[in-house]
Amino acid sequence: MTVTASDQPVRITHGFDFTKLVLYGFALALCLLIVLPMSWLVYYGFVDKSGAFTLQNFITLANDPTLREPFVTTFILAFSTSLICCAVAAPMGWLVARTDMPFRRTVRLMVTASFVTPPFLGAIAWELLAAPNSGLLNKVYRMMTGAESDAVLFNIYSFPGLIFVIACYTFPYVFVLVANALDRTPGELEDASSILGGGTWVTARRITIPLALPALLAGALVAFLQAMTLFGSPAILALPAGFHTMTTKIWSLFQYPPKPELAAAASLPLLILTIMLLRAEHMILGRRSYAVLGGKNSAPRLIVLGRLRWLALAFCFIVLLNPVFLPYGALLNASFSKVASQFVSFSNFTFHNIYFVFFELSATRLALYNTFVLGIATATIGTIVAVVISYLTTREAVTGHKALGFLATAPVAIPGIVLGVGLFLSYTRPPFVLYGTLWILLLAFLTLAMPAAYQQMQSAFKAIHPELEDASRILGATRLRALREITAPLLRTSVIATWCFVFVGTIRELSAAIMLFTSETKVISVLIFDLNESGDLAAISVLGIIMLIVTSCIVALANRLRSGGGNVRLRDN
Amino acid sequence: MKTKLTRRDVLKAGTALTAVSLFAEPICAAAPPAEAVTPALIEAAKKEGKVVHYTSVDLPLAEKVAKAFEAKYPGIAVRTERTGAERVFTRIAQERGSNIHACDVVQSSDAAHFVVWKREGILAPYVPEDVAQHYPPEHKDPDGLFASYRVYLCVMARNTDLVKAEDAPKSYKDLLDPKWAGKIVKAHPGYSGTILTATQQTARDVGWDYFERLAKQRVMQVQSASDPPKKLALGERAIMADGIEYGVFQLKETGKPVDVIYPSEGSPLIIGPNGVLKSAPNPNAARLFQSFMLSAECQQFNVDLGGLRSAHGLVKDKPGRMPMKDIKVLKDDAAAVERESEQIKARYSQYFKV
Repeated sequence: MTVTASDQPVRITHGFDFTKLVLYGFALALCLLIVLPMSWLVYYGFVDKSGAFTLQNFITLANDPTLREPFVTTFILAFSTSLICCAVAAPMGWLVARTDMPFRRTVRLMVTASFVTPPFLGAIAWELLAAPNSGLLNKVYRMMTGAESDAVLFNIYSFPGLIFVIACYTFPYVFVLVANALDRTPGELEDASSILGGGTWVTARRITIPLALPALLAGALVAFLQAMTLFGSPAILALPAGFHTMTTKIWSLFQYPPKPELAAAASLPLLILTIMLLRAEHMILGRRSYAVLGGKNSAPRLIVLGRLRWLALAFCFIVLLNPVFLPYGALLNASFSKVASQFVSFSNFTFHNIYFVFFELSATRLALYNTFVLGIATATIGTIVAVVISYLTTREAVTGHKALGFLATAPVAIPGIVLGVGLFLSYTRPPFVLYGTLWILLLAFLTLAMPAAYQQMQSAFKAIHPELEDASRILGATRLRALREITAPLLRTSVIATWCFVFVGTIRELSAAIMLFTSETKVISVLIFDLNESGDLAAISVLGIIMLIVTSCIVALANRLRSGGGNVRLRDN
Repeated sequence: MKTKLTRRDVLKAGTALTAVSLFAEPICAAAPPAEAVTPALIEAAKKEGKVVHYTSVDLPLAEKVAKAFEAKYPGIAVRTERTGAERVFTRIAQERGSNIHACDVVQSSDAAHFVVWKREGILAPYVPEDVAQHYPPEHKDPDGLFASYRVYLCVMARNTDLVKAEDAPKSYKDLLDPKWAGKIVKAHPGYSGTILTATQQTARDVGWDYFERLAKQRVMQVQSASDPPKKLALGERAIMADGIEYGVFQLKETGKPVDVIYPSEGSPLIIGPNGVLKSAPNPNAARLFQSFMLSAECQQFNVDLGGLRSAHGLVKDKPGRMPMKDIKVLKDDAAAVERESEQIKARYSQYFKV
């Protein structure tokens, strides 16, 4: 059918098809965005201080135990986190998408809340909750059991503590992927199973779960990479406990006197590892076609849980206690308490923390301004780029689309901090002097947001069968027109979701920002990190609550828009 | 107009002098003449309307001083950029390397930084009247590039609810007792100028052996020297191995359960100089702010509310705090810190793993 369309040039009366031009433009921009800092990284990995070629950096890396240990630590950390995330998020995603569990919408909303919570903020909140002596949970434990004053139930400054906190804010990635995949799985496959005599559980096991499995694997991968490249949480929890992860180690290599060669060398093996993981994912997903959203679908059917539904809800609630309810409570408590580690009461209630943040802390206003400008700019530009690139790669519209897809996903392999360094090296010298401006942060945030944005948009494109576009093109529309009139409306919810995704991802970005900020371009996340290093927990709590309120508002707004257009999502035709 | 020209001339002369000599030959050691705060300076500063201060002073105190300045000179906003002294140092180097000039006045708790900055010639000579008249020679640069903004000790401390006075450790060596394992908090020399300076003095007079053994005590490792007193006040740890004396004073005097311990081996002396940068985007506001910070008024404020000590001759100690002369103090040596800084940080990370 498509062939017929392209065989009818007479029908195309719009003249030159601008598609290719637009496409190559984006491709070029993406190349610059990613290739430039990466080349600097590779270059620095292979030179010594004088600029001569050497392998010494890698030899040092392999021989120095203080550089080797963080690798092992990080690997165990990422693996455990990924495992925990899948174990928790997969059943939750299924419960929410496919069963009649009560409060499903609320659970989704709460997962979104944990998703928008910056992980470093969560880590700080967990310091308030589970620091061995002053942590609120430990205090409650001692109060309830009458245990000794140095009895400790939780110690967040530990390796398991770190894994726990990272998992809290990584599981939403898996959840979203799984739940979305299940949402999209058409009902008729399950109906077919039922008609052929498959019971509820057989259908779930043989139809639903296999259809969701790729999403789960992708989720596991994303969780692994997320945990591996995270900087804030380990900096906050691992350093007090006396160990490094790879990111904090690289960061420490840039403290005075900076050793960019070693840091570059340390990041290259990670890059290779990630590329391998991405290849693996591609092989898993690439074998079969997952275009599950065609022109004719019926709504998925819900499984009736019966009395188990309350048990299921309890499970979700207990999970959500950790990333959302408890940390938010602790931050709120610390915002109004004279001593961050004490429960608010009549005697120690205070507005001073709020006053301090708004009227005494001179960095607040500028940081808020910078954060919002960057968040909105990154989200808007990032979404546009992601849409175009996903279109190119899923529809295989240009030659070299695979390279493009790879470039868009590659930043996932670069720890933000290392990207920060790459950008620092690229843009502190002519011809592009961007250091000290918001532009360099914009570039960093765009690059970092690209994989997530791209993956979201790509899966959205994958789910829309080309038959719809083909129909439009058969009737004479150009590629761009088909995109605008057919694909765009179908993608609206995904675009909005991606915009929000990028926005919240940007305003909480810390690891690249910490390398690239100057006093004029400080953002909230860096300010919070600064405050944590000097132990000003009350001010952090206030800033954190502000950040959470703002992001929640934006997500709520996006959700409203979404529910307006949500029904367009091809329920049935 | 006239003052501005004069200052510029002085600046040029100063540059030439610093460029010629590293360690002051007699002829170069002449500081520029002291300058009073004139209405013309205030006017020019108000035109600039703002001043940016890079500092490592504990944030709430730094912001209080900024607010006091803003109250005295309305129309000039102070932006405080506070981080650890070692970070301030990296930041200044990084921004200078990229030709970014955002900082007007700089403060560091690592006096060695001023040795470097002086050598690199990035400080502007400026001697406020107070400095000329009331600061002893050891607290001001002979070339008039900087003066001691704050003086304090790096001390040990305890949470008074968790540790009774008679049970408290009295010396560094006492901290090595197994009973303190897991109960100690300490700050990091890679972040904090206070701790770097203190580590140099302690390692010299007590020995690296102390640090090596302390690292085995499951120490809670925080970054800023102003954090350990806060961790004590929260009740997170019982004993602070090092941290700022003024932070403990502030918390103690607002009723928090903390108290200073002056270790018997001696407490490291920390001197935090303040200087104006040559490349200051707001040169007049910078000088006005420098002048204010080193004035008796601000210094007394620092002592009374901040718990700091002062080099200013007219400033009085606050009653109830132990006067410096009754404390055994280790000798500071900025030149040695400058020489050994890298090695100290490396050795420290080797013992403490971070």
